[in-house]
Amino acid sequence: MLTDALRAQPTGLTEALALIDGLDDALVHGLARIDEDRAAALESLAEAFNGSPLAGRVSDSIGKIVSGTVTDEHLAALAGARSALLGAAHDALLGTLSGALGRDRLPSPPSAAGPVIVAGGSRSWLRELAIAGWRGVDHELASAGSPAVQALLADPAARRLAVLLDGFAAELRAAAPVATLERIPVRRWADLWSRALLLSQDGFPADPGEPVDGRFLLLGLDLHEHPTVFRAQAHGLLETAGGDVRLVRVSVAAPKVETITGPSAWRMLAGFPIFRAAVAEHRAVEVSGLTLTGGGDLIWDESRVTAGEPADPFATARVRLGAATAFSATPLDRHPAAIAEPVLLEGYTPGPDALDLGGVSLPIDTDRLPVAGPLTPALIAASTACIGLLRWDAGRWLVQPLAVQASVKKKAVAVHTGDWALGPLDAKAAKAEAVAGTAVDVLRERAGRLLRK
Amino acid sequence: MSIPYERRSSAPVIEPVRSRKLAKVPFLELAEGRLQGVVSSGSDVSRVYVSSITAGDHGLSCNTNNNRPCGGLSGAFACNHLRSLLTEATLQYGAGRVARYLKIEVAEDADLITGLHPTVAANRAAEVFSSFLRHLSYLELPATTDPLPDLAWFPAAGAVR
Repeated sequence: MLTDALRAQPTGLTEALALIDGLDDALVHGLARIDEDRAAALESLAEAFNGSPLAGRVSDSIGKIVSGTVTDEHLAALAGARSALLGAAHDALLGTLSGALGRDRLPSPPSAAGPVIVAGGSRSWLRELAIAGWRGVDHELASAGSPAVQALLADPAARRLAVLLDGFAAELRAAAPVATLERIPVRRWADLWSRALLLSQDGFPADPGEPVDGRFLLLGLDLHEHPTVFRAQAHGLLETAGGDVRLVRVSVAAPKVETITGPSAWRMLAGFPIFRAAVAEHRAVEVSGLTLTGGGDLIWDESRVTAGEPADPFATARVRLGAATAFSATPLDRHPAAIAEPVLLEGYTPGPDALDLGGVSLPIDTDRLPVAGPLTPALIAASTACIGLLRWDAGRWLVQPLAVQASVKKKAVAVHTGDWALGPLDAKAAKAEAVAGTAVDVLRERAGRLLRK
Repeated sequence: MSIPYERRSSAPVIEPVRSRKLAKVPFLELAEGRLQGVVSSGSDVSRVYVSSITAGDHGLSCNTNNNRPCGGLSGAFACNHLRSLLTEATLQYGAGRVARYLKIEVAEDADLITGLHPTVAANRAAEVFSSFLRHLSYLELPATTDPLPDLAWFPAAGAVR
């Protein structure tokens, strides 16, 4: 039963998160200022690895850090320890959920050698941050990562790290000087810092994948954004030529600037007309020779896809989702915050903040209802069925709705996050989009005039 | 059950910005301890002014892209470019965030300009202009179909509904 899984607390989760909190709190004050309590917390973290293959490196590195020697190698071991613990938490949470959903999952893909990227600048900025601690981040330190980000952005192989680092740096700049900040996003910044640090290591593994043919059926669309990126990620089913049904994701992302936001951000994805039409019009897509990674990401290529007949995502969810096989994240990508498990929910009682599933109240992740799409809390409150992503954060499960069937003024409607992929259907939003949409043109015109000089 | 902000992976940090028309002030940012930006000239389409206000001591600076001083900025009296910069920043970020960053104290709903206690600041035109160019360069970068799993931490702005 799903309700049991949502209530379940995996064994050892609380203890694992307590160890994470100890490390995260040390990063608030900085590794240059480790007092007795924080040293004890770090030593408990090291002890938790006793008997594991990481034991030697973790305890050695933590010992050195506590005694005041903070090198890149020690920090990599610290980030690795954090990632391993959160990976285990991810596995426990997702395992319980998969069991309740009756969802089969393929094993984690084998890792392959990753591309060589030049990440020394990133590592050294991340080291300075760890030494100073979040409280020590002033305007200067917050901006110090900028050259590293610019260099990484120029290398397509380093895009993942560049995008992460740029989003993280923007938050630090907005929050600087952090010493005067009322509340610090302790877990979040430690997450971003440790992921960026791992991605900055030579030999971070890749997940190259294999070519596949088949048909992609949309379940729902998720949107991501920070000041310099906009990303549309479709969750759906891939029916392969061999007859398998796989739960996969498709991602298209474009660089942008902060003032391009809301529905007009879709304009940055103009290079993906088939993707946008398939999402907006709920069309099945025939794919031929697209790469499918071992982690379940279908790498989109407009030249290898054709949009087909409309396919209702709710029909797909009702008929095919139950028997679909899911993928497992690559080992270093496992983290409770990375869980986004597509589900179909029906027969619930919607409330203003949560869906009552009959005994369990599942909170609605209202922070994940983007302005770039038409879903609103009011629609969810009037809904009878929902395709959503189950997510886990800060000790509880939440649902992020991607589509709902609802009754509005006694009329049955279906509303999907991706409905505005070709432009808002709502007149007011369309007008606002048209005004904001000229932002791109204005900036290009200014750039043209000023750069020619 | 209340969830502590500190222990949320998805804790929101940057308030969503509001979209605004960019013709007059194509670029502005709160960075390096300043509100800084680029203001289009009212008379010459190929000229822009590079304007900034420092946080705390409210040091003003305004120059053209050819590094000539702005004629309207006299001593500690803000020129129209700086006024536009502050107005547009208020539209983009909201008055609260701008006031907090620049340390401006005004009554609620009062124009932020009335809370400035300006001084003369060093010319930062070169840095601000290069920041603008870096900003524009994002529009030239190619899109990507990489899975970018770390964007799970960055939900699209839920905004100011």
